[in-house]
Amino acid sequence: MGSAHRVGGKVITFGENVNTDVIIPGRYLVSIDPAELAEHAFEPLGAETQARLRASDVVVAGRNFGCGSAREQAATCLLGAGIKAVVAASFSRVFFRNAINTGLVAVESPAAAEAAADGGEMWVDYDAGTVETSGQTFPFSPYPQVLREIMADGGLIPHLMASFAGGNQ
Amino acid sequence: MTAKTFAQKAIERASGVADLVPGRIVDAFPDLYMSHTASWRCIRTLEKMGVERLYDVDRVAMVMDHLSPAMNAKTAADHALCREFAKKMGVRNFFDVNSGIAHIVLMEHGLVRPGRFIIGTDSHSTIYGALGAFGTGVGFSEITAAWVTGKLWVKVPESVRIVVDGDLAPGVYAKDVMLKLIGDLGADGLTYESAEFSGSYVEGMSVSERMTFCNLAMEMGAKNAFVAPDDTTLAYLGEAGVPRDELDILLPDEGAAYRATVRLDGPALAPQIAVPHTVDNVVGVGEVAGTKLDQVFIGSCANAKYDDLVIAADVLAGHRVAPGLRLIVTPASAKIMAQASDSGVLTKLIQAGAMITNPGCGACAGNGGAMADGEVTLSTANRNFQGRMGSYDSKIFLSSPATAAASAIRGVITDPREIVSTAVVA
Repeated sequence: MGSAHRVGGKVITFGENVNTDVIIPGRYLVSIDPAELAEHAFEPLGAETQARLRASDVVVAGRNFGCGSAREQAATCLLGAGIKAVVAASFSRVFFRNAINTGLVAVESPAAAEAAADGGEMWVDYDAGTVETSGQTFPFSPYPQVLREIMADGGLIPHLMASFAGGNQ
Repeated sequence: MTAKTFAQKAIERASGVADLVPGRIVDAFPDLYMSHTASWRCIRTLEKMGVERLYDVDRVAMVMDHLSPAMNAKTAADHALCREFAKKMGVRNFFDVNSGIAHIVLMEHGLVRPGRFIIGTDSHSTIYGALGAFGTGVGFSEITAAWVTGKLWVKVPESVRIVVDGDLAPGVYAKDVMLKLIGDLGADGLTYESAEFSGSYVEGMSVSERMTFCNLAMEMGAKNAFVAPDDTTLAYLGEAGVPRDELDILLPDEGAAYRATVRLDGPALAPQIAVPHTVDNVVGVGEVAGTKLDQVFIGSCANAKYDDLVIAADVLAGHRVAPGLRLIVTPASAKIMAQASDSGVLTKLIQAGAMITNPGCGACAGNGGAMADGEVTLSTANRNFQGRMGSYDSKIFLSSPATAAASAIRGVITDPREIVSTAVVA
């Protein structure tokens, strides 16, 4: 039995500077549905990559993943495709925020990204602050408190609604 | 007191928390929440939340810029939803499809002021630093949350000083400076950091050129960008109807701590080009001169302001666009388009063979000006990502308006200095 904070599975790897137009092309931003967005995730990279994405659980990438647009759908479409976590050497600022705010686990770990094998397995425990892959365990700094609370509720909007229910607003 | 950067001061002001150091996370209360085409998603999210009362409706600004005018029933319905919402909630700062690109429109209407903390559903919200504000991009969930709670979490960034000294050579522009910096520092060179621009070239820049700088700082990953407000800023704000006694100018302290200082020598710079498919893949124009083009696009929040159109028109004066090449010019705002119409700049562009489209994001957002398989565009926009303008099998190069105009004449990428001798370059 894994903890609720432990997510992972099959890995799909990408290179550096993967931008938001590649993750979800601008022409599909008229949609609001994660499943529909997922159909077009990584479309510029071709049907084979898209099929592999939908069969994967963890996106692993190099530096500056999600650079470019502030479009939140770049995180939503990955969730729609069944991705549970993104582990990268580094993230663009807006993508990282959008990941947290949509409840997509995003972890910066250059060592884990380097060690990951395409098609292999990776497990992230964002409470313990560990990434396990290729028989190794890589620690990372746990999220600050405010981010942990947002993640625990499944994203920013559910977090706000939970806080309203708790009488905080 | 410890000396502080602009970013420290701006976040202290917006959060009410004193003595902030980089890395600290606080709740900040933005002065303005800009939402563009993503507005309809914010509204749907608000409906889902069942919230009807906004924190401060006067801090909401909505601009219909990315899909203007609507291209189908779906986008028309999205616009209609935004219009109805603005009316119902009393959003005074609602700008419809005839207005132009959000960033430019907000600045023209006096909504961007020194020291203000502004969030927007567009990564290029860093542009607000052109008027000494703290501007940064966020997702639509964060705008929705700000509508309701008035706040968002912010990490205090480290700052980097970028000093550009000396005048640029004829034919070289602010865009070339930024392409050079992006190429040198990389697409993630300033990730999570505040970029403070200074130096003799920066002090002499127009507000439009400062916009080009702060806009493109995002392409190095910057969280925000900043040019210190001065007489140039005050003159622009005066025209935008902002009373001087309402200004709260924040300046970095002497001796503030910077992670690094980057210097660039203005006079030594040549025109630059970003090569597909990343913005930091930058070379001197000579390295790709002669590359055949199918289309030239002069538009976007980076380079479709009035002075950009004047530069292009002056290069094109007395010339015609090369046979078979499409030149699309999309003024950044209605105000700029009217000014270009009054002054005859639009006529000059049209006479040279340009096609003028309505103000807005246009081809940069993938609407109009799409490319077929194998085609190549030279664009004055801020991104050259694969598939951004039509086919995934097309290419986008980025340049200044002068290089774009010179290249439109020859039909191949051209060093504008080769045309300068026959044109008056501003």
